Amino acid sequence: MAAGVGKSLKERVFHAMCLVATYGCVVILLALVASIFWEASGWLDWQFLTSRPSHDPEKAGVLVPLIGSLWIIGITTLVAVPMGIGAAVYLEEYLSDSLWKSIVQINISNLAGVPSIVYGLLGLVLFVRLMHFGRSILAASLTLALVILPIIIIATQEALRAVPPSIRHASFALGATRWQTVRHQVLPAAMPGIMTGVILSMARALGEAAPLIIVGGVGTMSYTPTSVYHKFMALPTAIYNWSSRPQAEFANVAAAGIVVLLVFLVILNAAAVTIRYRFGKRTQW
Amino acid sequence: MSELEKPMPEISVADAVRDRVHQTANISTSGIKVKATKLSVYYSDKQAVNEVTIDIPERCVTALIGPSGCGKSTFLRCLNRMNDMIDGARIEGEILLDGEDIYSSKTDVVQLRKRVGMVFQKSVPFPKTIFENVVYGPRVAGVRNRNRLMEIAESCLTRAALWDEVHDRLDDSALQLSGGQQQRLCIARALATNPDVLLMDEPASALDPASTARIEDLIFELKERYTIVIVTHNMQQAARVSDKTAFFFQGELIEAGPTTDVFTKPKQKRTEDYITGRFG
Amino acid sequence: MSSVAKTTALPPALPDHAGLGRWGRIRESLIHWILFTCGVLSVLTTVGIVLVLIIESIPFFAHVSLWEFLTSTNWAPTVRPQHFGALPLINGTALVAIGSGILALPIGLGTAVYLSEYATPWTRAIIKPMLEILAGIPSVVYGYFAIIFFSPIIRWVFPGTKVFNAASACLVVSVMVLPMVISLSEDVLRGVPRALRDAAYALGANKFDVTTRVVVPAAMSGIMASFLLAISRAIGETMAVTLAAGANPRMTLNPLESIQTMTAAIVQIASGDTPANSPEYRTIFAVGLALFVMTLGINIAAQWILARTRQKYE
Repeated sequence: MAAGVGKSLKERVFHAMCLVATYGCVVILLALVASIFWEASGWLDWQFLTSRPSHDPEKAGVLVPLIGSLWIIGITTLVAVPMGIGAAVYLEEYLSDSLWKSIVQINISNLAGVPSIVYGLLGLVLFVRLMHFGRSILAASLTLALVILPIIIIATQEALRAVPPSIRHASFALGATRWQTVRHQVLPAAMPGIMTGVILSMARALGEAAPLIIVGGVGTMSYTPTSVYHKFMALPTAIYNWSSRPQAEFANVAAAGIVVLLVFLVILNAAAVTIRYRFGKRTQW
Repeated sequence: MSELEKPMPEISVADAVRDRVHQTANISTSGIKVKATKLSVYYSDKQAVNEVTIDIPERCVTALIGPSGCGKSTFLRCLNRMNDMIDGARIEGEILLDGEDIYSSKTDVVQLRKRVGMVFQKSVPFPKTIFENVVYGPRVAGVRNRNRLMEIAESCLTRAALWDEVHDRLDDSALQLSGGQQQRLCIARALATNPDVLLMDEPASALDPASTARIEDLIFELKERYTIVIVTHNMQQAARVSDKTAFFFQGELIEAGPTTDVFTKPKQKRTEDYITGRFG
Repeated sequence: MSSVAKTTALPPALPDHAGLGRWGRIRESLIHWILFTCGVLSVLTTVGIVLVLIIESIPFFAHVSLWEFLTSTNWAPTVRPQHFGALPLINGTALVAIGSGILALPIGLGTAVYLSEYATPWTRAIIKPMLEILAGIPSVVYGYFAIIFFSPIIRWVFPGTKVFNAASACLVVSVMVLPMVISLSEDVLRGVPRALRDAAYALGANKFDVTTRVVVPAAMSGIMASFLLAISRAIGETMAVTLAAGANPRMTLNPLESIQTMTAAIVQIASGDTPANSPEYRTIFAVGLALFVMTLGINIAAQWILARTRQKYE
């Protein structure tokens, strides 16, 4: 502490190890991006974006899984977002501390830790078989909705908790009902935080492969789906399919598919960061 | 207490009573607006208010004074049932508003809060426009007509002595107003539900002396129409604005009576000790 | 000013104390019920998972004894004669989970210590988003990365290793769980009260001593919880290990061999053309049930530790 006292050797070594560990993460990230772009270079072209699956790696394209992923992410969001926000509002704004509340709360944090493949098994039995949706876009979307539901709930709860109680009290004191207070004051104030959570959960759903494989398999199809009852291919399952093929060229096809997926993820994350940045400073009390 | 809360620290409370610009209402001739009988409040197992019985005279200013944690704010929040919001709060006793029990099962809490408006210690403007802040109460009550809302906004802002300052920027964010303006906006907002009773929880404690003086003038004007109950830490303020004063200590009501009497010839030793600054 | 207030007549703002009205009250309770349903749905999801896994596993365990499932060391559900011993899969999962944990814990802890005790705000501003990006990369992408990046490195260091091996799975899973270990550990490190550090400094300790002898021990239970959560993530991790570790269920502790994890076995059977009502197909539910029980147990333990730590400092 005092000036002139040098750091001991032990401290220097410790500090250096911490530094290496920290920057190791950065190095890994750079290596990941570099190696994938290296493998994809020359393969990611207009032909790849507009072609249907093929046994010939030169002719294989990403169109069908791309359309499939857009369908799935759309329906998943439509289903999961209202329910997730609803559940969070119920927990934070309607339930007072009670045994029931802690049961629901513990349940949600445990759901967030259930491996996604287990949700796939639930979706396979519940949506594919019991509800007779088959191995369809609908079954896949509902399954993914269950996967991201706890993420949306937890993010929304955090956003709601950040709204100061004084706003609620002021609204109640003016004769507003609980729902009017939630709709006119709490939700608008929490919206940036909720939107950030929603977008990040969409990103999670977009990259999720395991439940989709359980629900829909990894088979290829040659037509683009036009109904929620159609079969599907999705980006992550197509990437899995290509990566696990023996021909070396399919590794390049997989890399090109990964780049497409990563582009979507970057767009979603950029949107989340923008919302956080633009609204983060404005709402102060 | 911050420096700002003591606008005239060198003047004694007794002086403040004598020098009050405004005439005291005769509380004995006023009707009783609110009547609390043996009111007790518990937070979980802790008792915050203990068997308080007091009458609040109509169209008068009643000040609740006492040291921090004495239960005066808790008592105030019982009058519009804001304590319902707190987990584990339990209330015993009776509060009659115009002779009706506000804690009876038939009472609509939402209606009660429209009749009993409230202004908080820290001004809480909603992050919306000035206009939307004022008309929030009527809006949630179902008033949609824009002209009607405009009329309400104008008359309430006028009453809160804010119209002249904001009439040309009603669509600006309320968060841009100064602290004193925000608090008057909150008063205007409370008036817009057309209440009979106005509860004020240390409305000027976060304001500078000039803004405090404006709020105090406003309180005096408002009592022509409204029954006002104000919680304050500041005894000069209680002496200046109120007609009746109630002294709370450790959850109990020690003494209540006409402000002049309580400040000049308190009956209880503890009241005297408090207002002469021996503790608190 | 006072004259202005007095001359302005306040129009009766509202029909005197009008009620919400019948529709208003119906709307309020309707909304309450809708929100309640949303909340209940999350509980029903858990119930659904448990019921599906148990009900679908019952026919399997009528065919294969629980004893065989848990003790036999031969897993060959799709070839005749069939064998349904889950131990090789549990072995594979444990190898990956423990291997990645051994890698991720020291690196994660080191990074967390660096970020909370040493790093300048500028460094944090770079590292934190990097970690968020790492956390956001899909599992299947990591699997691919393991094949094209980690596996060749391992084969270069240890010639003769197969393309698919447990070591590359361990490496990639450790990268995947790192962001979680770091952010949770950093939270608990930052939660160590300022006063505790100051007290140590006041006794003449230097930064290294304070960090290693005071801050880290004080945060130890939280760090353990983050470690447990990482292990649970690694157990449930699917795509990366399916791609990287291979499809050879076997009893081994050698990370250079090709193995198969529980999750990879589920993927293999579910994506193959196994008939839906055969015992071999039902293994996915039996293995899924084992997976669910393992991860749930670890998660509950971790949350319990975290809840206790929070109480301590509040």
